[in-house]
Amino acid sequence: MKTISFQLNGKNQEIQVDPEEPLLYILRDEFELSGAKFGCGLQQCSACMVLVDDQAVPTCLSPCETFQGKNIETIEGLKQGNKLHPVQEAFVEEQAAQCGYCLNGMLISAVSLLRSNNNPSEEEIKEALNSIICRCGTHSRFIKAVKKVSSSNI
Amino acid sequence: MKDFKLPNTNRRSFLKASGQLLISFHLFPLAFCSPKEAEELNTLYEGIPERAHQGKDIIDSWIRLDADGHVTVLTGKQELGQGIRTALMQIAAEELDVPFEICHIINGDTGQTANEGYTAGSNSVEGSGSAIRQAAAEARLYLLKEAAKEWGVSIDQLEVKDGVILGPEGKKISYWEILDGKFLEGNITGEAKIKSPEKHQIIGKTFQRAEILDMVQGKAHFVHDLRFPDMLHARVVHPPSYGSKLKSLDTDLISGMAGIEKVIVDGSFVAVVAKREYQAIKAWQKIKEICQWEKSEIKVMSDALFADMERNSNSPQEVEKHPNIKSVIDKATRSHQSIYRKPYHMHGSTGPGCAVAKWENQNLTVWSPTQGVYPLQNTLADLLGLEKEYIRCIGMPGSGCYGHNSADDVSAEAALIAKQLPGKHIRLQWMRGNEHQWEPYGSAMQIALEAGIDQEGKITAWKTQIWSDTHSTRPNGRAGHYISARHLENAFEFQKGGFSGGSYRNASPLYTIPDRKLLLHNYEGPLRTSALRGLGAYGNIFALESFIDELAVLAEIDPFEFRIKNLDNPRAIEVIKTLKSKCNWENRDQSGRVGYGLAFAQYKNSASYYAVLAEVHKSPKEGKFRLHKLTGVIDSGQCINPDGLKNQTEGGMIQSASWTIMEAVQYDANGVTSKDWNSYPIMRTNDVPEVEVHIINRPEEKPLGAGEAAQGPVAAAIVNALSSLLEKRVYELPLKEYFEV
Ligand code: FES
Ligand code: FES
Repeated sequence: MKTISFQLNGKNQEIQVDPEEPLLYILRDEFELSGAKFGCGLQQCSACMVLVDDQAVPTCLSPCETFQGKNIETIEGLKQGNKLHPVQEAFVEEQAAQCGYCLNGMLISAVSLLRSNNNPSEEEIKEALNSIICRCGTHSRFIKAVKKVSSSNI
Repeated sequence: MKDFKLPNTNRRSFLKASGQLLISFHLFPLAFCSPKEAEELNTLYEGIPERAHQGKDIIDSWIRLDADGHVTVLTGKQELGQGIRTALMQIAAEELDVPFEICHIINGDTGQTANEGYTAGSNSVEGSGSAIRQAAAEARLYLLKEAAKEWGVSIDQLEVKDGVILGPEGKKISYWEILDGKFLEGNITGEAKIKSPEKHQIIGKTFQRAEILDMVQGKAHFVHDLRFPDMLHARVVHPPSYGSKLKSLDTDLISGMAGIEKVIVDGSFVAVVAKREYQAIKAWQKIKEICQWEKSEIKVMSDALFADMERNSNSPQEVEKHPNIKSVIDKATRSHQSIYRKPYHMHGSTGPGCAVAKWENQNLTVWSPTQGVYPLQNTLADLLGLEKEYIRCIGMPGSGCYGHNSADDVSAEAALIAKQLPGKHIRLQWMRGNEHQWEPYGSAMQIALEAGIDQEGKITAWKTQIWSDTHSTRPNGRAGHYISARHLENAFEFQKGGFSGGSYRNASPLYTIPDRKLLLHNYEGPLRTSALRGLGAYGNIFALESFIDELAVLAEIDPFEFRIKNLDNPRAIEVIKTLKSKCNWENRDQSGRVGYGLAFAQYKNSASYYAVLAEVHKSPKEGKFRLHKLTGVIDSGQCINPDGLKNQTEGGMIQSASWTIMEAVQYDANGVTSKDWNSYPIMRTNDVPEVEVHIINRPEEKPLGAGEAAQGPVAAAIVNALSSLLEKRVYELPLKEYFEV
């Protein structure tokens, strides 16, 4: 057992855990956050992504101690008060979901992309979403939704 | 609480099994929401008193107005990401004349909803939709009659606006005021007239799916997200291959690990339960390392699969008989024959199967992503030797399943585990390898076609031969269909069935061909198979529509014209003609760098009509191609939610493109080797084509199932486009070697 601390959705958190335990299970089981999902546990599908210092990273394999001192944002933390994040809004407007299991990875990756590049090309959008498995085939809507928010203020 | 009647069935056991009297419309009991969410929900809608289903001909079984100012729709069908919740609420709102926004819905739950079998075959809107439509119309009529009685007027003098009945002299009363907390007691008599389509205000308009708003915020939505106090986490270790038996497992090495509550070994069924999810995963890993198996080998390798099919199939079933088709084909002006093949495909859900089960006082409750809560209840009864009254199955959204995937298996395993740990909620989730290696696949198929055409290019005779394993091994009451039931010490026997039906789905051409014969060779292949989106229709349409293209070339007729010439179904013809104009066929790129491929089918020859054009581009890389675009036109009769229909159709198109270009389940003698996304790659954003869908709405027709319409035609369209560029026909899927993926 080890004490790990990080910022989670704007709050400082400190937990006692097995330092080997991947962050995903801590988010889901300890903090009862449901957004990040288990998809493969192999860093192949991005269902488990969160933002770490603005970068979209998978959480299903890396031991939680590697997140020590980091600034972590999950999909639950994107909303500002009652206002949805523009990417969340665009996903709703485009109705970009079928089952929605992949949505976390798509959204987190889109936010990360737009924070570093607020006017990405279609190729850049596709590249940024490429690591996420969506078996329902909703890709074209995700691409559209991200295009829609491009150049608006993120 | 409002006064409600107890059903005749074993109400007590339901209550005990569920452990709660109320289940809110929100999928998560209020107790498990954050206080703020719970507050929001409470002020909005409190849900309805839970009550067991009492028969399909009672209005109240489908529509309830007993929560103030709200309407609750009950359906036995599951939301699978296809948007069925929204479509069914639209139907109810339309017929009741209430705003869509006040409608809520409860999906399959053996404690509450009707038994509507499986949510499959694209028939939810046709089936459940028409029941709800009728029930809503009857509810409206019932309420009108009550108002008319009260005011002493005839119902012809009444109108309804937003759930308020308006009478002469400015009289008004709302539905809820009439009911005054009572149940809507009335039967579905067929007396109420269904609203005529030209009056529709809600049906045919796009409505957003409410759950998407929750999902973008990461709110709990899936069965995976259920949390109960003191819930335990389980994992199962499946054998390395079908039929392998457990030789030894030193359980002491596992039970000593941190957090382990139980190690279960029953025959070759191995599971572990822990306090924390990660502890269960660690133990699962350890078990995989130390377990000794007596391995059973797979005999038929993939390179010998199709030869084995021809050699070892049963004698063919004559689905369509003909005394001498050969001679009719031989007499034709021109004749042709081809053989097409498709490999095993995977459902490959993004999220591995998950279920929660609780066993308490001889009662079992399972929260399951199944496609059918009642069939699940039946089969669990068989598995556990328990009367089904003591089993409650509550349907929960899962990751998209596209047919019979792991959902039922994981539910059964959760139940087996829960039985050993009474009083605890057990959450079992499969790992990626469990899912990839143990789900039932869509069968590999071989299809041989032979046909003759006359001088005008009319098809005169057609012969189909299909070789396929079963497309339906859903566990409809028989526990042996659960993979782990076969691994128990007292193993359940698996009797393969479900041959035929699904295998020849769409094999009979919709084209007007006077002479035809259809033979089906049922085959028991090396891999576990069951229903995958479209069943045999995917392989059959791939073959049929590829072959039609070959015949068009033979007849030297444009592919659009050739199809139209050989059809007499006006809706089929219109779909094809609409596609032709939407994709500007006359002005297509004829430089030789772009290949176009057309395909058409009416799903099951009875559901949606769908035509698609694939556009394949030559890549700068020698001999490689890219799928640039898919344009589809769909006629699903009366369209309930246009954006929902588009969304589902687009998804089917991309999924089918992925199957067609990239996918084939790999295996060797030691088992399935497609065990993750690297060994079974599917299409990702970099490779997805642009997709465009046009709808032909026919408000006056009945709504037709649409979810599977695109699967087969897309395959054929891509193959036709590619073949035209290659100037040689491609007969075997997948097309990986040709594509830059
Ligand atoms: S679950 Fe983490 S990448 Fe798949
Ligand atoms: S919407 Fe179902 S996996 Fe993407």
